[in-house]
Amino acid sequence: MPAFDYAPAPESRDLANLKPSYRPFIGGEFVDGGGEPLKSVNPATEEVLAEVGTADANDLDAAVRAARTAFEKTWGPMPGSERAKYLFRIARLVQERSRELAVLETLDNGKPITESRDSDLPLVAAHFFYHAGWADKLDYAGYGPGPKPLGVAGQIIPWNFPLLMLAWKIAPALATGNTVVLKPAETTPLTALVFADICRQAGLPAGVVNIVPGAGDLGAKLVSHPGVDKIAFTGSTEVGKLIQREVAGTPKRLTLELGGKAANVVFDDAPLDQAVEGIVNGIFFNQGHVCCAGSRLLVQESVADELLEKLRHRISTLRLGDPLDKNTDVGAINSREQLDKIRELAESGEAEGAQRWTSPCPVPDRGFFFAPTVFSGVHQSMRIAREEIFGPVLSVLTFRTPDEAVAKANNTPYGLSAGIWSEKGSRILWMANRLRAGVVWANTFNRFDPAAPFGGYQESGFGREGGRTGLEGYLDV
Amino acid sequence: MSDRVTVAKTYKLFIGGKFPRSESGRVYPVTDAKGGFLANAAHASRKDVRDAVAAARTAFAGWSGATAYNRGQVLYRVAEVLEGRRDQFAAEVGAAEGLSERKAGAVVDAAIDRWVWYAGWTDKLASVLGAANPVAGPYFSFTVPEPTGVVGILAPQESSLLGLVSVLAPALATGCTAVVVSSAERPLPAITLSEVLATSDVPAGVANVLTGRAAELGPWLASHADVNALDPTGAPDRAELARAAADTVKRVLPVPTGEPDWTQRPDIARLRRYLEAKTVWHPMGV
Repeated sequence: MPAFDYAPAPESRDLANLKPSYRPFIGGEFVDGGGEPLKSVNPATEEVLAEVGTADANDLDAAVRAARTAFEKTWGPMPGSERAKYLFRIARLVQERSRELAVLETLDNGKPITESRDSDLPLVAAHFFYHAGWADKLDYAGYGPGPKPLGVAGQIIPWNFPLLMLAWKIAPALATGNTVVLKPAETTPLTALVFADICRQAGLPAGVVNIVPGAGDLGAKLVSHPGVDKIAFTGSTEVGKLIQREVAGTPKRLTLELGGKAANVVFDDAPLDQAVEGIVNGIFFNQGHVCCAGSRLLVQESVADELLEKLRHRISTLRLGDPLDKNTDVGAINSREQLDKIRELAESGEAEGAQRWTSPCPVPDRGFFFAPTVFSGVHQSMRIAREEIFGPVLSVLTFRTPDEAVAKANNTPYGLSAGIWSEKGSRILWMANRLRAGVVWANTFNRFDPAAPFGGYQESGFGREGGRTGLEGYLDV
Repeated sequence: MSDRVTVAKTYKLFIGGKFPRSESGRVYPVTDAKGGFLANAAHASRKDVRDAVAAARTAFAGWSGATAYNRGQVLYRVAEVLEGRRDQFAAEVGAAEGLSERKAGAVVDAAIDRWVWYAGWTDKLASVLGAANPVAGPYFSFTVPEPTGVVGILAPQESSLLGLVSVLAPALATGCTAVVVSSAERPLPAITLSEVLATSDVPAGVANVLTGRAAELGPWLASHADVNALDPTGAPDRAELARAAADTVKRVLPVPTGEPDWTQRPDIARLRRYLEAKTVWHPMGV
């Protein structure tokens, strides 16, 4: 049989409408930030994409003041039915500009264009569309009549889904009547600042949304700012704990969406080919930069060899490379720092005695790339079984009985997500009931929807995003 | 007035369904509102906290795994047994809080009614707080509330029974298990409530009651890695406890400063805070 090669199918980077510089968005205006400008880098090529102005303490004060004024004067008093229409407008504008945003996201983040185009952007629009409808229906959300907003929400988001995390934060905050000061991640600020332009196009009142680019120190200032009523953070458990400690003892409300080490449990009666696709999606989607990634594969011993063989074969066909190429399955690691972290943890897996297998796929000479990697013979005590790698590295463990699967799956301080693969309905429901995780995917993985609450147990954080449950984090209830 | 010498009760801790003394061997005198001696209460220690948390963790699988109907019946049974001991509780609450017989009786009545209110919630929470999620794809997605785990409760210092019931019953109704530190100066109704729990089919370890100082025991509860949530109501320094709880990402209840008015009708906020939303997805297809 002849082997057909893939011809490159790159998306045009011109669609991103990339500008040489971007600026903070405060009080409805793009302003020169007082902070040291940062350079946002394309992780696939290491080229500088743009210079981004950052906010200093004075800019942050101005942003919080603008948000407070908007909360008191315009957004807070506005009827929910009017707020809703702004959110619907934003949803439509995101749809209209989705290709521009998808290409820009891929340039800035390194994720494959097929993912930013077909997954991130549709979900961003859906989040605004879904929450728009809530704005004038909060009386029916189950928190009593006329639930009140909290005020000014300080929001800090990560670099793995820059615009999607922005949507998860801003849409519910605005729907419930809060105003927002959002800090995008240091390495991926660009789409958030285009979103600021969308807010202008939507005619959103000044100060309702403020975007302040900067590094971790700016995030810390936002957390401790006395003018902020609520903090919402998505990021590492390590930083989440620092934030919880800082907020402790103040009247500020807090929701945290932190790390994970999800177990993806495959039983001997699972549809193996389907499971292989789910396992690949679970750990290699977005280069494994997913807090809910299925990074611990638990396979029933009797099918472990067969499954691993199928899995390695499938992973060998994944195409690593140019994120703008529509044929690419695995894009670039977001930063050198993250690449170093992944390498270090992978080395620890070898040092601790696990067997490493790496896809023989070609790896580009420049840019930050890490070939899909599978460790077998992993024990629960190893770092690669306990620590979040946040990269395309899968750790495979085995089990014999369902009870053992539950015990191993739950043997983690995290509790964000889990997967179950089995054809037996009663077994799936039994497992879903016992897994201590906020999201359980059965015979599927990495499904997201604004109507479905998402969030963790234990050290994966508290509070939910999405659904009726997600409104609670922005209401004084 | 009979000349008979009454049989005085030894008040001990309640851990894992048993009534042990504090492992520390410590006791402290408890007096009534006028300063008269009532009893020596066990003065619980860090190791008693440790034992109580271990008992609560062991009991969690069974209690959270029981049907909501079963939990509701067990908790209703508690109210039945409470009612039978109404006069005993009224006497203890009256002595502890310096209330007249009539007022103390009203407090006990309110506590029993509160317990009944929470008992009835066990099999409604999933309907009220859960959901079938209308996701945009061929999937069945549903969200159910599940108990957070082991809850550490620093019970109110002033309201020795109604306040205690108001913080303990919601934790048990959700399916959580609890370690409670009672009011330090008014601990006796808490131990008598433990006797009720022990004889009402509440499984051993589901509720554990320690008498002692919130200031001493609170930090151990707040930093314990096997405690999932913390109610700091009766603690003197809530901010410090909340900071200690951050190291294990505990759910810390936002509680008002000062003693709340426990006679106010509760809402379901306390229930919500002990629940985790779990979302389950499955494809639909043939």
